[in-house]
Amino acid sequence: MTGVKTLRAVLAGAALVIAGGPPLATQEGRGQGPAAGPAPSAQAAAPIDMTGYWVSIVSEDWRWRMVTPARGDYQSVPLNAEGRRVADAWDPARDDAAGEACRSYGAPAIMRVPGRLHITWRDDNTLQVDIDAGMQTRLLHFGDWKAPGGEPTWQGDSVASWEVPRRGGRGGPAAGGGTSAAPRFGSLKVVTTHIRPGYLRKNGVPYSADTRMTEYWDVLPQPNGSEYLVVTTIIEDPTYLTIPWIVSPNFKREPNGSKWDPTPCSATW
Amino acid sequence: MTACRAGVALFIWLGVAVPAAAQIDLTGSWSNRIHEDFIERGPGPEIGDYLGLPINDEARARADAWQISIQTMPERQCILYTSQYIVMGPQNLRITSDIDPISGRLTAIHLTGTVDRPPHTIWLDGRPHPSKSAPHTAAGFTTGVWQGEMLTAYTTHLKEGMIWRNGVPHSDQATMTEHYIRHGDTLTIVMVLDDPIYLDEPFIRSASWQLDPSTRVLPEPCEPQVEIPRPVGQVPHYLPGTNPFLTDVSRRYNIPQEAVRGGAATMYPEYRKKLKDVYKAPEKCTWSCVMGGGQAERPANR
Repeated sequence: MTGVKTLRAVLAGAALVIAGGPPLATQEGRGQGPAAGPAPSAQAAAPIDMTGYWVSIVSEDWRWRMVTPARGDYQSVPLNAEGRRVADAWDPARDDAAGEACRSYGAPAIMRVPGRLHITWRDDNTLQVDIDAGMQTRLLHFGDWKAPGGEPTWQGDSVASWEVPRRGGRGGPAAGGGTSAAPRFGSLKVVTTHIRPGYLRKNGVPYSADTRMTEYWDVLPQPNGSEYLVVTTIIEDPTYLTIPWIVSPNFKREPNGSKWDPTPCSATW
Repeated sequence: MTACRAGVALFIWLGVAVPAAAQIDLTGSWSNRIHEDFIERGPGPEIGDYLGLPINDEARARADAWQISIQTMPERQCILYTSQYIVMGPQNLRITSDIDPISGRLTAIHLTGTVDRPPHTIWLDGRPHPSKSAPHTAAGFTTGVWQGEMLTAYTTHLKEGMIWRNGVPHSDQATMTEHYIRHGDTLTIVMVLDDPIYLDEPFIRSASWQLDPSTRVLPEPCEPQVEIPRPVGQVPHYLPGTNPFLTDVSRRYNIPQEAVRGGAATMYPEYRKKLKDVYKAPEKCTWSCVMGGGQAERPANR
């Protein structure tokens, strides 16, 4: 390549970078695409396909996830003194009697409970995540969804958005959210609030009503054709945590729902 | 999978890589958040604890024979952990990059600052992996591609090492796939280890760090010295069937010994059915209950 051509290439590259700007996920409604028109639905704009069945791979924190740990075992969780006090008062019989057996199946805990996910599109802008452990359902709302208010729920109010690569890469979505032959990459971001207080772990390690959970869902294709899903989870709770608790449960894609096993909540197991 | 088939699969897989325009900056100082597997990654796993590891009988036999004081031998003190230690160890990370001064292209990423582990270099300049006859090292040989804003790396030519610091081995035939995922100031590294010798299924592990310019990332030069005087030729070990600590985990946590011995089946939710009627939680946590310490009881064998 001659010096002039090299310079042209550099300038062209710089122009691409400058034109890239912020991720497309933050550009909704700015008319960046070549074809003006209504914004595509979340399903149409999905850069990755997470629908289907996924199974937990419990190769981390086994002793705190596969079985109920002992009272007072809050290893790895940055609990403050008040959090430890509440955890030490854990009483599963009381929870059962109070109809609170699902306290360890709330949004901040459910993805680490060993089980299976069934992910489907409930409608064009709502991703539904059914979980067989505790028979829970998470609804991840895209777009301008407004929370209905009312009492907090185990799975809270989840607002979702796609995070896609900056413009210029083959990984970006096609114009207008349509399909493209090129590979598409991206992540799902989910922010969940308004969660009914419960437990981060089965043994009563608490989270409060002030908890805010931010998740990033990433699909990881493997050389042998299999796929993993990792959910980087940042849990902020000013009531019981000293710093955000960051965990990243892993899942493996399954071909079908033949191992789907709905199991009700249990306060003890 | 044979080496040839693996190579073809990798070639096809790498074909979905994206060019530099989709890259994200991974460089900086990253502070570890050991909020999963704190015991295993911090003080170290308990002897005989293979919970959730997809290991086979060969791996169990090797781990059962392992005695931790072997690491006090001067000739073994500076044997480095292999690159998969990034997600197994307790360290912060410093990530730097090499930029070609002419093209401006990112040609390599280096992960340093990890105790007892060699620098981990991910080559991004398209170079091939060396021949199968090339030497194996603790670092291995790693190439990477961008998949969107995720960097995916593939490592071959690893030396034999440990996947947990209680002697659970991986072989020199192990390969490693890593995914580097940055969201804001949070970095998650997912490691998938394949090993035809010691694993029945891939071993997946993930860990997270947060960007923190004030993070201490120190070198740790290793200078071997005599820590425990012992007769020449004595190598700490347990002969088969003589390790007295293999049932400690089962006894301490009421977990059936069959589960403690690990295996691929123990990683899946349905394994809980085997445990439900035989497991009873200990009344109260008595050791290593609080993040970073606070144990009420320290087992005699540690």
